[in-house]
Amino acid sequence: MPNPKMFAQLLPSLRLAPKRSSSTIARHVQCYTKPGASPLPSSPARPVQSPVRRSPWLASLQTRTFSVSAAVSHGHVDPPKPGEELYVTFIDKEGAEHKLAVSKGDNLLDIAQAHDLEMEGACGGSCACSTCHVIVTDQEYYDKMPEPDDDENDMLDLAFGLQETSRLGCQIVMAPELDGLRVKLPAMTRNLQSSDFK
Amino acid sequence: MFFIRCTKSRPWANSHLKLASIRPFFRALPSRTLSTAQSTRDGRPFRLAVIGSGPAGFYTAYRAMTRIQNARVDMYEALPVPYGLVRFGVAPDHPEVKNCQEKFEEVASSPNFTFIGNVSIGTKSDHPDGGTIPLASILRHYHAVVFSYGAAKDRTLGIPGEHVKGVYSARQFVGWYNGLPEHANLAPDLTRGDEAVIIGQGNVALDVARMLLEDVDVLRKSDIAEHAIETLSKSKVRRVHIVGRRGPMQAAFTIKEIRELLRLPSVAFHPIDTSLVPQDIKSLPRAPRRLMDILLQDSPTPPTHCSPPTQTKQQKSWSLDFLLSPTAFLPSPADPARLAATKFTRTTLSDPFDPAAYALPTTDADPHTIPSALAFRSVGYQSTPLPEFAPLGIPFSDRHGVISNDGRGRVQHEERAADASMRIGRFPGLYCAGWVKRGPTGVIASTMQDAFSTADAMAEDWADGRVAFLNDKGRDVGGWDGVKGEGMSGVRVVDWEGWRRIDRAERERGARVGKEREKFTRTGDMLAVLG
Repeated sequence: MPNPKMFAQLLPSLRLAPKRSSSTIARHVQCYTKPGASPLPSSPARPVQSPVRRSPWLASLQTRTFSVSAAVSHGHVDPPKPGEELYVTFIDKEGAEHKLAVSKGDNLLDIAQAHDLEMEGACGGSCACSTCHVIVTDQEYYDKMPEPDDDENDMLDLAFGLQETSRLGCQIVMAPELDGLRVKLPAMTRNLQSSDFK
Repeated sequence: MFFIRCTKSRPWANSHLKLASIRPFFRALPSRTLSTAQSTRDGRPFRLAVIGSGPAGFYTAYRAMTRIQNARVDMYEALPVPYGLVRFGVAPDHPEVKNCQEKFEEVASSPNFTFIGNVSIGTKSDHPDGGTIPLASILRHYHAVVFSYGAAKDRTLGIPGEHVKGVYSARQFVGWYNGLPEHANLAPDLTRGDEAVIIGQGNVALDVARMLLEDVDVLRKSDIAEHAIETLSKSKVRRVHIVGRRGPMQAAFTIKEIRELLRLPSVAFHPIDTSLVPQDIKSLPRAPRRLMDILLQDSPTPPTHCSPPTQTKQQKSWSLDFLLSPTAFLPSPADPARLAATKFTRTTLSDPFDPAAYALPTTDADPHTIPSALAFRSVGYQSTPLPEFAPLGIPFSDRHGVISNDGRGRVQHEERAADASMRIGRFPGLYCAGWVKRGPTGVIASTMQDAFSTADAMAEDWADGRVAFLNDKGRDVGGWDGVKGEGMSGVRVVDWEGWRRIDRAERERGARVGKEREKFTRTGDMLAVLG
């Protein structure tokens, strides 16, 4: 079992995570939440049906900075039409909140990757790994979602930090009844398990 | 515990005295004596060598490149092709698991990443077309080295008859059906009988079972090696026993792989011994509860009990056989070089419902024999130290089969100081990730987390400025250019563009036969693509 001392040892690595200053977050929220404002810059050069997921990290490599880039150009989610925005809030590993305006039909993995949040999707969103594990903070929202199927539950069984309201981000599809959803990204605890070394 | 104690040999204990002239920095240094001004690192690229191009190597490279400014990563791979067990371990009918390759391609497309394929580090290449570079040469040209070369050997049972024909290692069998050049010539004979025994109850054992039971026409569309399709289509195996020393509550397999076997059309599952499942499974934690639930379900295809294997279209079936420990592989009386049966002794559990229970052999002499012309040993992979570890003093724990490290991938060991107290000795710039760091268990997601923690530790150390790295006394290092400069005559290096050409050629071969890819199973054929 992980103990607090072990978590303490993890803390330095968390401090190294890309910093999202409050102003950056505010910009996200402001940009995507102001009704009537053009919420997301569209990217006409890129065909929306492109099956290749370009994750945001390459761009940050090229610019050699750790700041949050204008991530919307990376993912393959479509910006919501004015007046049809649904809101979802991601709470990252450092506790910072990212409130995003998204379209109906987008799943949480695509949304997170499009907005540069730290969520891997090792299997490309095909429900074959547990790297996009999220915890729904509000039981009420959890209950509104279609129940996870056997395949998703099988993967959740292997997820670290599993909670009663855990889901795979790739399987949560935004719908009007989920407007206002809040999900937490689980802290990485796997490497601190002493059982790995027995 | 974070720290892995090496209880066996301590080859490094005095080795630095003898080997100081070879690589003096390789004495383990107590970390508190190290100091390097941060300013010396500013402006210079961080040069990292990654040994091995499987998921551990790629995820470490990826994280290091996002966490360390100006990181230049050179990845060394002994084969001409990348991706390690994603290519050669993941079952061909699990294409979705291989989607992580998309991420690896992104990593490799960075201008700060260099792939150096067909080059083995410190150990003679296991194929005739490959080159070798001494580890010592790598250590001269980088600030840090990540060992992520995985586990290339397997554990043996150490029982009589392990080498008779018909006994295979699951690792070799997996390599064979996945087109790994090392095992492309395995040519397992699946025609000698209808019963097969798999010893071990991990997910590799279930992969082997699925390959033996699955409809060949389903596999035909996957990227399975062509020779495997030929052999599997002639297979006479109808009945697969997956045997373990312990019970269902202790088994290492996961529910996804069990569910897949249960879903195989017209393949039957024999009921398990229900006395090994707790009465009140509702009170179990979620994961074991769901697993017990599925194991107790009736098989969608009920097993028929036609014992004489005479019918040509006999039903295929499988079972999980618990509480059996193998004692011998029995050769056939007619042909003593060939397997006829596998002999087991029954075991008893310290507590049948405790996941950590251990198995004890029973005292009554009641051996259990399963007739089997075919047996697979699937009791785990094993990492081995590179040959240069011992002379360089790099600690490898034989007991755990891992490079001794602090749990976050920093290579280190305990040593006794002059005042007899124990302290931790660091090995500047050396890190490890993946199976060679934590042992050969877990899925790609676990290796990803593990690789991230190694890269984070390395990034912290680099940013700290006081932690020593290799070659950080003001001298710039050249990375791959420097290594090349030491002379690489006759070595055929495959760069990323070279791999992409091999990749394209494999896809074209596959397209001709309706598969996603037809792998080259010989390194010579891979290199022939490059002219």
